[in-house]
Amino acid sequence: MGGSERAGSGDNLVEVRGLDFRRGNRLIFDGVDINIARGKITAIMGPSGTGKTTLLRLIGGQLRPDRGSIHINDDDIARLNREQLFRVRRKMGMLFQSGALFTDLSVYENVAFPLRVHTQLPEPMIRDLVLMKLQAVGLRGARDLMPSELSGGMARRAALARAIVLDPQLIMYDEPFVGQDPISMGMLVQLIRMLNDAVGLTSIIVSHDVHETAGIADYIYVIADGKVIGEGTPEQVMSADEPRLRQFIRGLPDGPVPFHYPAPDYREDMLQPAPVVPRL
Amino acid sequence: MLNFLQRLGATGLETLAVFGRSGIIWWHALWGWPDWRNGPRLLIRQLYFVGVYSLVIIVVSGIFIGMVLALQGYTVLVRFGADQALGQLVSLALIRELGPVVAALLFAGRAGSALTAEIGLMKATEQLASMEMIGVDPLKRVLRPRLWAGMISMPILAQIFNMVAIWGAVAVGVDWLQVDAGSFWANMQSAVEFREDVVNGLIKSVAFGAVVTWIAVFQGYDAAPTSEGISTATTRTVVYSSLAILGMDFLLTAVMFGVK
Repeated sequence: MGGSERAGSGDNLVEVRGLDFRRGNRLIFDGVDINIARGKITAIMGPSGTGKTTLLRLIGGQLRPDRGSIHINDDDIARLNREQLFRVRRKMGMLFQSGALFTDLSVYENVAFPLRVHTQLPEPMIRDLVLMKLQAVGLRGARDLMPSELSGGMARRAALARAIVLDPQLIMYDEPFVGQDPISMGMLVQLIRMLNDAVGLTSIIVSHDVHETAGIADYIYVIADGKVIGEGTPEQVMSADEPRLRQFIRGLPDGPVPFHYPAPDYREDMLQPAPVVPRL
Repeated sequence: MLNFLQRLGATGLETLAVFGRSGIIWWHALWGWPDWRNGPRLLIRQLYFVGVYSLVIIVVSGIFIGMVLALQGYTVLVRFGADQALGQLVSLALIRELGPVVAALLFAGRAGSALTAEIGLMKATEQLASMEMIGVDPLKRVLRPRLWAGMISMPILAQIFNMVAIWGAVAVGVDWLQVDAGSFWANMQSAVEFREDVVNGLIKSVAFGAVVTWIAVFQGYDAAPTSEGISTATTRTVVYSSLAILGMDFLLTAVMFGVK
C-alpha cells in the first residue's frame, strides 16, 4: 500500500534499510525499511512497547543497529565516529517526551544554549533569535521562568523552541501529545504543522495518538512485532483492512494483538498452591 | 559446582566490563583540546559546587578530629612525661594520614554522592540525551569539568582540614591541657618534613580526589534511569569510594613511607 507512491530516493532525507535491532534476546526490529520524505511530516505509529522511541534513537545515532543501514543525506549514521555523529546531529532537532529542558537554566538560556555552544554570534543576535523562536511557540513572556515553573505543555513548547533554534533540517517528535490537555494538544498540532510548512523542516512524529497524528501527517508507518505492518497516507491507513492495523486504528481491546500477556492456562494457574512468602 | 563456576565467570566478566566502560568514559571525558570559551566558566562553577559546598563539613570535622586527637594523644603521652611531643604526634598523623584520608571520605559522602545523584537525575530526565541530540558531548560538557573540579579541590580541602585540625589540637592541647606552646610548635616544626610529609600527603589527596570523582561521575552516568537506579548508584559511590580510598591509602603509604 502506498509504497510505490513514495518519492525517489533523492527526495528522502532519511532512509532506513533492512534494520535489525535487538535488546538482549528480544528482537525489536526485524528488517524494517522506512523512507522519510524531505519537507513532509512522517508519522511512526504503533502500540506501546513496539520500539517507536527506539527508532528515533537509532536515527539520532544514540543506538547502533545490529544490521542494516540508516542514511541521513549521504551519512550512514551507524558508521560515523563520535565527532562526526555530533556534527551530523547539529542538523537535527529532537523534542523529547519529557521536554528534557536543562533544569539549572531559565527558558531563555535553554533556548540560547545551542546557539552559545555552536555559534560565535554576538549577544544581541542571540537575543533576537531566542525571542523569535519563543514568540513562535508563544512563550516570549515566559523567558525568565525556570523549567520547574512551567506546565507540561509549556515545557514541551519551550523544548520545541530549543530544538528549532539552529534551524535543523530534521526534527523528531517523541510522543508530543502524551499527557497534554486539549488546548495544549491543539497548540502543539498547529505548531508542528506550521513549523514544517513555514520553515521547510522535515518532521518525524512518533505517537500512538491516532487521530491527532493522522490529522497532521503526510505519510504514516505503523509498526508492530518488529515489522512495518502498514504504510500510506492517513486516508489509506485509516481505511486499511489488515487485521492488526484495523485493531490499532479503531482501538479494539482484543484482536490479533492480544489483550492478555502470554500466560499459562487460567484454570490451571488458579489451582496452583500459593507460594510461601515470609511476612515481614 | 558448574553453576558456581558459571556465576563466578559471569561476575568476573561483568566486573571487567564495568572497569572497561568506566575507563573509556574517563578517557573520552578528559581527552581532547580544552574548550577555552566555555571550559573555565564551567570549571569554576563546579569548583564552587564540589569544593566550596564541602567546606562546612570539612572544617567542622577537622576541628573535632584535631581536638580528639590532641586529647587522646595527651592522655597517653603524659604517662611517659612526653606530652611535649603532642605537636609532633598531631601534625604527622594529620599531614600523612588523617588529613588526606578523612577529608577524602567526607568528600566522597558530600560531593561524590551529590555528583552521582545530579548526573543520574540528568540521565533519568533525558537531559544528557537531549544534550547529545543538540550536538554537545555530555562527557566533555558535564563530566569533564566535574572530574577536574574533584582533582583540584580535594588537595585544597585536605590542606584546609589539616590546618583546622591543628588549630583544634592547639585549642585542646595548649589552651586547655596546658602543654607548653613553644614545645608544641617547635616539635611540630622539627618533625614535619616538607618533601617527605607535606608533598606525599598532597599526592595522596590528589589521587583520592581523582578516584572519588571518577567513581562518582561514572556511577551517575551508568545509573539505571529510575529512582531506584539513582539510589543504588549513589550508595555505590559512597561504598566504592570509601573502600578505594582506604585500599589506595595502604598502597600509597607502603610506597611512600614503607620500611626501607
